[in-house]
Formats: sequence, structure tokens, C-alpha cells
Amino acid sequence: MKLAVVSAGLSLPSSTRLLADRLTSALVDRVPEVEVEVIELRDLAVDIANNLVTGFPASRLRAAIDAVTSADGLVAVSPIFTASYSGLFKSFFDVIDHDALAGKPVLIAATGGTARHSLALEHALRPMFAYLRAIVAPTAVYAASEDWGAEGLSERIERAASELAGLMGKEQPVRAQVDEVVPFEQQLAALRP
Amino acid sequence: MQFGIFTVSDVTTDPTTGRTPTEAERIKAMVTIALKAEEVGLDVFATGEHHNPPFVASSPTTMLGYIAARTERLILSTSTTLITTNDPVKIAEDFAMLQHLADGRVDLMMGRGNTGPVYPWFGKDIRDGIPLAIENYALLHRLWREPVVDWEGRFRTPLQGYTSTPAPLDGVPPFVWHGSIRSPEIAEQAAYYGDGFFANNIFWPKEHYQQLISLYRRRYAHYGHGLPEQAIVGLGGQVFMRRNSQDAVREFRPYFDNAPVYGHGPSLEEFMAETPLTVGSPDQVIERTLKFREYFGDYQRQLFLMDHAGLPLKTVLEQLDILGEEVVPVLRKEFAIGRPANVPDAPTHQSLLAQKG
Repeated sequence: MKLAVVSAGLSLPSSTRLLADRLTSALVDRVPEVEVEVIELRDLAVDIANNLVTGFPASRLRAAIDAVTSADGLVAVSPIFTASYSGLFKSFFDVIDHDALAGKPVLIAATGGTARHSLALEHALRPMFAYLRAIVAPTAVYAASEDWGAEGLSERIERAASELAGLMGKEQPVRAQVDEVVPFEQQLAALRP
Repeated sequence: MQFGIFTVSDVTTDPTTGRTPTEAERIKAMVTIALKAEEVGLDVFATGEHHNPPFVASSPTTMLGYIAARTERLILSTSTTLITTNDPVKIAEDFAMLQHLADGRVDLMMGRGNTGPVYPWFGKDIRDGIPLAIENYALLHRLWREPVVDWEGRFRTPLQGYTSTPAPLDGVPPFVWHGSIRSPEIAEQAAYYGDGFFANNIFWPKEHYQQLISLYRRRYAHYGHGLPEQAIVGLGGQVFMRRNSQDAVREFRPYFDNAPVYGHGPSLEEFMAETPLTVGSPDQVIERTLKFREYFGDYQRQLFLMDHAGLPLKTVLEQLDILGEEVVPVLRKEFAIGRPANVPDAPTHQSLLAQKG
């Protein structure tokens, strides 16, 4: 079983990555055999911008996309910028094929300077993954600066991880192969008046 | 194996001088480039078809007819002819006419066109892109093979007792390639008819085109046209050469950095590593191009994009000299080595006429 962790934090170290790591470790406690691959979007920022321009991912970005699309579960964590996910976070998911995450269990989480932005998870990240037909865990985890020293964050992390673990155990839909093609006779027949 | 060039006919400012050619200069330059292609021993010149600035090639058969009159040997082709927005009845007429004028030195490549706003200019809807490509080509295929056609379809008025004129030269329709950047449906269409399949092989990594070509080869065999390795494959490519590879990189970099499509994105070095673009010495171009056979199998036609991104005519003509004198002769020799006897050449008017008997 494989888990991909996407962190869109920009500073080093970042609280976004810290939250991603906490979520990951709570998931690993429940699914010890899981293989974890962490993708720091900061390292791929130029490749992601280039993909937007050229239409294809360079090899390092391709490997990251493959890790995400082939994983059994995804932890996706973004800082909240200007009332939404960061542009880098969105751009990464923009360059992934829009069918590639269908049926994928996803845990969404975000960090921010103030708790006033916590609903960005519900009005930005959750609809984005709904569009991608991913299965988003009911609990989304938001960590504002003050949460790191307060009670409650750990419980939310545990609850979200246990939901993701439950979703990852379920059977996922089989995706169509890229080179499957509708036989030409059928394509012609569909056009007959 | 055939070698040639294809142009997209872009009018682009030369980033090193800030000068933009006029449409007239660009159109005449394309003709000069085509004539040069024949002079340096290339086999094919193909022009794109576009109906929006910054492109000038809106009327390919007009241009190819003019080039036909001034050449002897060059095969005139397209890259691509829009099978979606052109009326197939007019394509049948135009290219049959061109065949007669050019004594059969004509083939063409079908493409869909990917510019949404162009479709309504010709009364079409881009959402019908694939169905238009399928229905229009099915009609075109009949118009070139049946003297009198009764036809009814979804996208144009029915035909009753219609005869396309002139009939194809010697009763042999022009050979057709189908070009696609991303659609398996088009690879399937090419396979169904036993037509050629052309992969532009420019913008993306080779793995992408490998998938499409291997699908085409498999389906070509499925439809009984021959073995997978006998399917008719064409590839694009883009190169820039100077004797010394550093000179090539230095001279081409501003054109690359400002090029339409991929400019202002990855570095030249990254793009060379990820796509088939080669900027360097003639030997490097030879080495890289010979690799295409390993990736895609023995193939029939190699076209290079040479005249884009604002490169001045003088430079393009120098490039064609290098291509014709130093690169293609070596490629011809090397591609012939170890090429299985059962792999056919690209069909020409003469070979199709002989086959017809």
C-alpha cells in the first residue's frame, strides 16, 4: 500500500510540512505497512511552471505526478494564501490529468496565520478534489499558528488519519487504460444519420 | 525513406533584430524554402494550414500549385489539412487538381486543428472535432474512389449523384497521412484505412508519441493491412545546426527563448533533454535522429521543422544546406542499414499506380 504526501509549504522548515508529517505519522500508526512518498512542491516549482507553458512534465515532475496518481491514498496540505490554496498547490493539480485522481482517498489539510481562514479547506480544497472525483475524508485539518500550542489539533489529526486509513482499505475503481480505443466501426456507426 | 521539411507558416518577430517580416515576405520566403528543399536533395515539402494570425498559410493548394510549377521532383504535402473545418468536397477537388498540375507529386496529412475560435468561422463547432474528422474523411475517401456518390451524413448537406472533378490523376487518390498530437481516435482512423500516421514529435517527450504509434501499428495489423512493422509512420523533428555545437546553441537560444508555444518556459538545455529538439553539430543531429528508429520502429518519412520562431530566411537556407549536404545523405545510408526487407517505403503516386496495375 502506498501513500503520497503533497506539501506546498514554501519556507524551510515549514509548518505546512510539519502538519503533513504529523498526518503521515498518524496514518502510518494505523497502516504500518504503508510506503510513504513525500512530494515537496517547492522543489518542483519551476518544473510546474514549465509544464504550464509546454504542456508536458519534465522527468522529475513526471515522477512526482506518477507517485501521486499511483498511490492508494493522498495527503494534500497547502498553506492558505489570499483566502485560498496557494497558487503552487493549485498549479500542481492543474497539470495532473483530470481523471487521474478519480476514486482516490484524499485527506486535505492546510495551515495559516489565523483560524479565520480555516473554511478555505471547505470552500477551496474540498470542491477542487470533488471536481477531480477524489474521495475526500470528512475531517479536514486546519492548523493556524495558535493551534500548534493549543489543544485539539492532535485529536483532529488522529480523527482525519483514521478516516483516511478506513478509505484506503476500500476497493478503488479500476481506471481505463490510456491506449484503449473505440473500434473505428463503432465511431463511424455512431455518426450514421 | 523520405526526408523533408514542414512549416507552420508563423510570422514571428526576429528576437535578435526586433524585425517582423511582412506577410508577403513570409509567403515568398516559404516558397524560396520549398525550392531550396528540392535543390539540396530533400524529398518532401509540407505546409501547414492556419486561418488566424500570426500564420499566413490559409490556402495550401494555391501555394503548393505555385511550388509545383517551379520544381521537378519534390513531393508536395500538408502539415496539416483541416479535415474538420474544410468541406471534404472541396478538399477532394483541390488536391485532385493539384495532383494533375504536379504530375502526382502530392500527398496530404489530415489534422483536426486545435484552435477553438476557428471552427465557427467555417460554420463548425470544436466540440464536434473528432466526429467531424471521422465523417468528413469517410466522405473524402469515397469521393476519390467512386465516380458517382450518393451520401448522407450529419455535418453537411446530402449528395445525390455527385461526381468530384477532376477525378484523381490516373484514378489514384493522393496518399493520406493522419497527424495527431494526442488523439488515439485518429491513430485508430489511420489504421482502419491503412493510411499513414504522422506524429509531430516536437512538443512532448517521446514516450507520448510511442504510445500513439504503437497503437497505430497494432491496429493497422488488426485491420489486415500488413504486419505492425509495415505500417506507414512519419515523424517530425526540429533541429538547428552549426559546425560547432556551441555556436549552434548560442545562435539559436534567443529564438528558442522567445519561440511561440514553448518560449519563456524551460531552458533550451532542459527542452533538448525532454523532447526530440536537437541544437548542435550535424553529427549530433544525425545521432539523435537515428535514435528515432529505436523508439518508434523503422519508419517511412522524416520531416524537420526549420523555419519558425522568427529565424531569418538567410539562416533557414543555410540550415537547409547543412541538412541536405551533411545530414540527410548520412541518414539515408544509416537508416538503410538493417532495415528489414518487408518494411515498405512511403507510398508515392508511382508506387500506388504500379500497385493498381
